[in-house]
Amino acid sequence: MKRAFTILSVLTALLLVYALYQALVVAPTERTMGEVQRIFYYHVPNAWTAFCLFLVNLLASVAYLITKKVKADALAVASAEVGVIFCTIVLVTGPIWARPVWGIWWTWDVRLTTTLVLWLIYVAYLVLRRFSDSAQTPVLAAVLAIFGALDVPLVYFSIWFFRTQHPQPVMGKGGSLDPQMLHAFLINLLAFSCFGAMVCWARYRLEMLHREVDELHALESLAGSESAKPSMPLQRSSR
Amino acid sequence: MNAVKFMFAAYIATWLIHGIYLGTVVHRFKKLQSQLKDLGKK
Repeated sequence: MKRAFTILSVLTALLLVYALYQALVVAPTERTMGEVQRIFYYHVPNAWTAFCLFLVNLLASVAYLITKKVKADALAVASAEVGVIFCTIVLVTGPIWARPVWGIWWTWDVRLTTTLVLWLIYVAYLVLRRFSDSAQTPVLAAVLAIFGALDVPLVYFSIWFFRTQHPQPVMGKGGSLDPQMLHAFLINLLAFSCFGAMVCWARYRLEMLHREVDELHALESLAGSESAKPSMPLQRSSR
Repeated sequence: MNAVKFMFAAYIATWLIHGIYLGTVVHRFKKLQSQLKDLGKK
């Protein structure tokens, strides 16, 4: 497992360097927007990876509600946290692109607003995980994750359903892309997908380690209280 | 600010956010590993 993680990390690092070279050097400069269009090679792959991580969070949350397995809950926490990081980058790089192109940093456009709402839902999910120590927290968080995931298709399809300032898709039925630009875009998409998987894996291992340490601390305090009061029977927690 | 500066700002912001997050993950991992080591000794 550790070896597979090392291989994935090395491959991801190489891919990210190659993807950066493709985005900054190989891809041609766009005619109307100029150099600022290159933000697209980072903005869209980060958005894609965030959506994938929120999908993993949804699947893990559903799996937890059905099976109550700790591993599913740990994966849900890990994917939500890493997804929020990727979504943060989308919300930061978007306005940096918008300022020179639209002349404003932010507008309450449907695509932008639904993305902000998505980010807020998953931040609320993480706050719930961080500050609630109830035994029901994983169940409540899993339900919240299911509601949060409903916003993902809304974000994605908002540019078709509503009139929006956000650029239309440049691939598929929405338009076409220069082959060199398409290549740079796909390499970045692959690189950030691998990077997302790698970081999520690392965060999952951290979550499992955290639970192991918590368990050992609980056992240690239990053993301590037993040795201090050998005659007293163990009382069950009221929670 | 010209377009190139905006482009570099976006790229730098991306790697800054990813770098800071990765740093916190590594820091938390090391802290937990040392805690695990201490618990193992007891």
